[in-house]
Amino acid sequence: MSIETPGLGALIIILIMAAVTLATRWGGVWVMSFVPISYRVQQFISAMSGSVLVALLTPLALNGDNGARLGLLATAITMLLLKKPLPAIAAGIVVTALFRQL
Amino acid sequence: MSDVNPPLHELNPHNVWTGFKQLVPLSLFVVVFGVAFGLAATQTGLDNPSIIAMSALVFAGASQFASLELWGAQVALLPLVITVFAINARHLLMGATLYPWLRHLPPAKRYGVMLLVSDANWAMSMQAFSRGEPGMGLLFGGGLAIWSFWILGTWLGLYFGSAIQDPMSLGLDMVMSCFLLAMVAGGDKSLRLLIIWIVAAVAALLAYWYLPANSHVVVGALAGGILGALWMENKR
Repeated sequence: MSIETPGLGALIIILIMAAVTLATRWGGVWVMSFVPISYRVQQFISAMSGSVLVALLTPLALNGDNGARLGLLATAITMLLLKKPLPAIAAGIVVTALFRQL
Repeated sequence: MSDVNPPLHELNPHNVWTGFKQLVPLSLFVVVFGVAFGLAATQTGLDNPSIIAMSALVFAGASQFASLELWGAQVALLPLVITVFAINARHLLMGATLYPWLRHLPPAKRYGVMLLVSDANWAMSMQAFSRGEPGMGLLFGGGLAIWSFWILGTWLGLYFGSAIQDPMSLGLDMVMSCFLLAMVAGGDKSLRLLIIWIVAAVAALLAYWYLPANSHVVVGALAGGILGALWMENKR
């Protein structure tokens, strides 16, 4: 099924996208309201919360250019040393930008 | 996170405003992404009200960019729905991870707060919660900051988008990745977590190579989560 984009069509498409996205924002909370929060579930949740980010970042790091990789490395090192996010992010961006100027 | 104290989930105007302010620095970069999206969307041929409406109502950058790839005189609905769902499926996991704190809120507030969940405010609030600090203001106030700056950026992109010559050469594409990595590196660390993350990374890569597009985040996160549930920390 397709929708024509001129006129109202674009708005309908956007509303469908918004509904799908809202379902993802609400779905996890809704499902969890049926799950008793046992110690095992807590452990699942806390392991998953870091894993989401790791899973998001790994392909980016692997497929990125060397500038991106060095930037991520700089962020990780700065964060481990200083434990402050803003300097860590700044270090990553600066390293990426400098490398890409070369 | 063995103990959930009631004050941690408190949501009041004061901590919402504090959360808003804490995410303003990052939101300035969100403006740049918004500009890039606004520009890309005009170039794809969407009209201005539609573009602003998309940023305001969908509020999920990666899926909005992906929808532009599918845009034309006609848009096939099923591929669009699948793409948007797959890219945004990580929200399901974010909602689940927030549930131990969200469950203390009445349903209207609980689902109201979730309207504005995105990567950055979720990561900040989870970090606060896991340190035993209140995080609900960060989640909602921070979400308000990111949402409003995202719309502002989109709007600027409609008119001034072409002013940014080459965001890549300035490293601006790396802001969100570096931020999320900083959240990982700043959290708890242990041998158990390190192994869980390695498993998540390997699973994500395998899914990235061999499974349908955009499935890798969910696959990797679930792999890490399941390992965490099987190999539990000793109860303190």
